[in-house]
Amino acid sequence: MKRYRCNVCGYVYDPESGDPSQNIPPGTPFEKLPENWSCPVCGASKDDFSPED
Amino acid sequence: MKAVKVRDDLFWVGAIDWNVRNFHGYSTTRGTTYNAYLLLDDKVTLFDTVKHGFEEELIKRISSVINPEKIDYLVINHIEPDHAGAFLRVVETIKPEKIFLTKNARLGILAHFHRENFPFEEVKTGQEVKVGKRTLKFIETPMIHWPDSMMTYIPEEKTLISQDAFGAHYASSGRFDDEVDECELLQESAKYYANIVYPYSPQVNKLLQTVKEMGLEIEMICPDHGVVWRRDPGKIISLYEKWSSYTCDPRVLIIYDSMWKSTEKMAYAVMEGVIEGGVEVKLCKLSVSDWTELMSDVLEARGLILGSPTLNNGLLPTVAGFLTYMKGLRPRGKVGASFGSYGWSGEAVKLLNQYLQEIQAEIVGEGIRVKYVPDEKVLMDCQELGRQVARRVKEICAG
Repeated sequence: MKRYRCNVCGYVYDPESGDPSQNIPPGTPFEKLPENWSCPVCGASKDDFSPED
Repeated sequence: MKAVKVRDDLFWVGAIDWNVRNFHGYSTTRGTTYNAYLLLDDKVTLFDTVKHGFEEELIKRISSVINPEKIDYLVINHIEPDHAGAFLRVVETIKPEKIFLTKNARLGILAHFHRENFPFEEVKTGQEVKVGKRTLKFIETPMIHWPDSMMTYIPEEKTLISQDAFGAHYASSGRFDDEVDECELLQESAKYYANIVYPYSPQVNKLLQTVKEMGLEIEMICPDHGVVWRRDPGKIISLYEKWSSYTCDPRVLIIYDSMWKSTEKMAYAVMEGVIEGGVEVKLCKLSVSDWTELMSDVLEARGLILGSPTLNNGLLPTVAGFLTYMKGLRPRGKVGASFGSYGWSGEAVKLLNQYLQEIQAEIVGEGIRVKYVPDEKVLMDCQELGRQVARRVKEICAG
């Protein structure tokens, strides 16, 4: 599963950890995040994320 | 030390830091101010505080209009220590009934002060709080320029309390745009944008759209640094529109450094070419340039030509240092080119081109590298490179 990086603040979404602050369980791939999910650090939307190399 | 009336019942109660010259690396050649504002209504509200060390100035200014203990609400628009450094002292003094802030600001205050027993009330974009005759309307502005940032709009006063946005590091006895030298103010505003706000230009662009969509009428902008915009708030808004859309002036900036004057000779030749191409140019040698000032030129110049000799298989450290700083500020929309001399390995020009790619510049030419000392032919090539960049800059700026 690919990690995605926030273009705005640099936060990295790691599917292995999920996002406990928004009740996203570990093991959730980025593509499966709800459309209204936003960066837990800066609030940027999913569109503002790019896959990590 | 007295409060300054900004509008009916709205006062500036901040602090002036005349002598600061290094603000976390930003060269504040004209000092700065830490602005806080006080609104007298049924619920007395204080917007932001000041940097630690300036608490007395803030309290004295508040006391010149009201007993600080009469303050009911504290709005924290931004938690950076130059605005929230006095948070604990202010809260102890005024004992506010409520403190309005974003979720990220609450988490940030906790991570700064490691205490949470404050009367926090989290707010979101569009949320309103009545304070008497007036309303506080909150607008979250994440990453303009911290995750916690927000602004407060007072519709009845058509006033936007904008935290760091639209600000400037500029100490002055005048508190308004019409009370200071306009040229100085605009220079400092550009410098502030280039060194603080620039990386978040896409967010600024979105915010300006949101403000339009919300139909906010703005007669006055009260930022957290510098002066209040009352004569012409449209001026700074249109500049923010320009800067955040990466609109540049038809101008070329040559940034370089040199060890034994070979790269310097090339820089001057490139400059000659740009001038022949009919475009304004500025030449900056990094070992004698101020990074903060230089960023203002980066912000407004369409052309960005980089020169560095090769030192120990890499860039000259003065060049590498500035480029690292500039990269974090995410300049976009540039026309770039590179040049540099070398002794044996000559990696610098390749590294400069990689850098230009990373900042998504349109690159003109392959870069000019020369072993040891440029001869006439190389200098002619440098002039031609300058002419080519000038031509491309003119084309783009002509639209």
